[in-house]
Amino acid sequence: MNFDDTPQEAAFRETARKWIAANAPKQFEQELSKSSLGRIRLANHDMVEVGKAWQKKKAEGGWACLHWPKEYGGRGATPIERVIWQQEEGVYGKLTQPFQIGEGMCGPTVMAWGSEDAKRRYLPKLAAGEEIWCQLFSEPSAGSDVAGLRTRAEKQGDHWVVNGQKIWTSGAHYSDYGLLIARTDPNVPKHKGLTMFFLDMKSPGVEVRPIKQANGMQEFNEVYFTDVVIPDSQRLGAVGEGWSVSLTTLMNERMSIGARLATGVPEMFEFCSNLMLEDGLAIDDPAVRSRLASWAVKSSGLKYTSYRAISALSKGERPGPENSIGKLVSGMMLQDIAAYAMDLQGAAGVLTGSDEETVHGQFQQMLLSSPSMRIAGGTDEILRNIIAERVLGLPGDIRVDKDVPYNKIPTKGR
Amino acid sequence: MNFDFSDDQKQLRDQARKFLAEKCPPKAVRVVLDGKAPYDKELWKGLAEMGFLGVAIPEEFGGAGAGHLELCVIAEEMGRANAAVPFSSTVYLAAEALLIAGSDAQKKKWLPAIASGEAIGTLALFEGKGNPAPKNVKLTAANGVLNGVKKPVADGAIADFAVVAARTGSSGRDGDISLFLVDLKAGGVEVKSLTNLDPTRGQAEITFTNCKAEPLGAAGEGWSILTQVLDRAAVLCAFEQVGGADRALEMGRDYALDRIAFGRQIGSFQAIKHMLADMYVSATLARSNSYYGAWALSTNAAELPEAAAAARISATQAFQHCAKNNIQVHGGMGFTWEFDCHMYYRRANAMALGLGSLSYWEDQLIDRMRKKNAA
Repeated sequence: MNFDDTPQEAAFRETARKWIAANAPKQFEQELSKSSLGRIRLANHDMVEVGKAWQKKKAEGGWACLHWPKEYGGRGATPIERVIWQQEEGVYGKLTQPFQIGEGMCGPTVMAWGSEDAKRRYLPKLAAGEEIWCQLFSEPSAGSDVAGLRTRAEKQGDHWVVNGQKIWTSGAHYSDYGLLIARTDPNVPKHKGLTMFFLDMKSPGVEVRPIKQANGMQEFNEVYFTDVVIPDSQRLGAVGEGWSVSLTTLMNERMSIGARLATGVPEMFEFCSNLMLEDGLAIDDPAVRSRLASWAVKSSGLKYTSYRAISALSKGERPGPENSIGKLVSGMMLQDIAAYAMDLQGAAGVLTGSDEETVHGQFQQMLLSSPSMRIAGGTDEILRNIIAERVLGLPGDIRVDKDVPYNKIPTKGR
Repeated sequence: MNFDFSDDQKQLRDQARKFLAEKCPPKAVRVVLDGKAPYDKELWKGLAEMGFLGVAIPEEFGGAGAGHLELCVIAEEMGRANAAVPFSSTVYLAAEALLIAGSDAQKKKWLPAIASGEAIGTLALFEGKGNPAPKNVKLTAANGVLNGVKKPVADGAIADFAVVAARTGSSGRDGDISLFLVDLKAGGVEVKSLTNLDPTRGQAEITFTNCKAEPLGAAGEGWSILTQVLDRAAVLCAFEQVGGADRALEMGRDYALDRIAFGRQIGSFQAIKHMLADMYVSATLARSNSYYGAWALSTNAAELPEAAAAARISATQAFQHCAKNNIQVHGGMGFTWEFDCHMYYRRANAMALGLGSLSYWEDQLIDRMRKKNAA
């Protein structure tokens, strides 16, 4: 049992470290290391432009989408090399945010289901950050039950005509392409009538509207489709096979091993170490200590769980669905920690301004943003289902709409 | 990174699991539970023959000379089997205290006897209510004799010797405490069995009256040695707790698959699935924290105090959580004496107190994290 690299891993780490030292945009290091929770912002620069420049540089040096084959813009690296790269890339990894959906989900789907021409045309540009991709799956009435989606694609000659609405699309406003799942046959059960496409986000009839979220921010979009034309050559997989295709995409979403999820623990520890309560420092209060300790062991437990997954990768094993616990645990923690930090602030905890007393409102912001952590990328409930079914082997949910034609499924609760 | 046990260590775990499945089925644990024997003597003998009692004891003292990682994998299996033997008292507490502070003669006398299963040892620390703290040690040592009462002492009624924490000063500092080795079969010792939450692991009150004792470690070093012993035992107990938590989760899962209600497997209801998923989450966090503790223990790393406290807290929470919800998944059947659920529930809650309570370790963790942050 040790934390050491193998000789090959150490050599790889050294090469990566040297390249990063010579090429990283150091002028942003400080600003990037400060932003720990939520979306990244740079005071005087456009985050997407800075990100694109870094991604391009990485692609030229052979450090973009490391685990992809070389002919599609990657490096042909092993999964463990990818993890080592992420560790070394450190704060600059935050600049890759606009490309993560493309690298993690859209790219792998095109790679698995696209034609050779499509792969050579789109993947290298995606890897180099020249073209940004977004994922068009969720709909207002199809969230966890994404197979219940309504957006229609109808065949007309050698192309498809799309009408409908998607929601929660990260980066749609700066994306060049989108991976779209749509209903092509409403007369068969819901999973069987879906087809996957990709489209140019500048196509006529595509309208992107930002969503004002519950926390007051605008980070996601709604995307409306009105008679949008997609050539049949941009179909991924057979007609009616969209659900199988989407599983490739979603499987990749959960493969983000080694990614450090924010838990709020370091912030909370520091906060309690400095906060004066009536009887002394918060961290000397037994009730505070007890809560802090419980959160600290969850946070360290997550850290060492990811170390175990990395060790499995290092041995060439493929970590499984047990890694669903990361988001499940950290999402709930963020919310609980935020609420408790505010409780410790007493009446002033209600204030969201950036004054001294409330530590720049960081816990207030955490409180307002944390509900999304428990929903996006699989709700807590879906993650528990995954653990129960795929790790513990419990039966799947009873699905009353499984064999019902899509257009016969009730659409209203009452 | 290789943050995992080696293939040899995993093989040892499999071997221990197989051995315990055969020699320590719930039926065997129940003999002790029902008060028909103070502990499972046959199993104790078998553990000695397998070399498990002395796995971390150096060869020169009659052990296998393997190491603490090997002991961790065996500890996990002991917890999984809910074994009714004085393993933790003898191996994690008494043997580790001897390894840390014993003279050559003391090691030669007791360690081979532990490894061979001839001697059962324990730690006599507590004196009624309260957590490990120098101020709670009232038993006195003067002129080579001890006077005072210790309770509860785990496995005290069956132990051959004890490491006893005694007061040798009154300055109010840690240096007031010294450790002593006492042969419990000699004079000046009165032992009384106490009823307790988990009858598969005895508890006793031991009264020392002008009892002869030899020092273990230097005078005034007792608290510092004890702290090290408790940290090591915290990691080793965490593995027992992880084993117990895993077994409780498994029992709940199996029952959820077998039991039909409302015309379907109860494991198909999300209320049950999600309860089991949450049990899996806490067991996994505990396992990962315990692995880190194992690494720190086996390398005697500077991180051990913090790692031990984290493993202890996480494993205590997980075992309690899994044992409690295992009963809930079983419904009424889980509350019968006949089903094994309560044995894990008892063990989980007894273990949560054995080395000091959860809040004691939470306190320790915060102190240790602060120390690290300040450094």
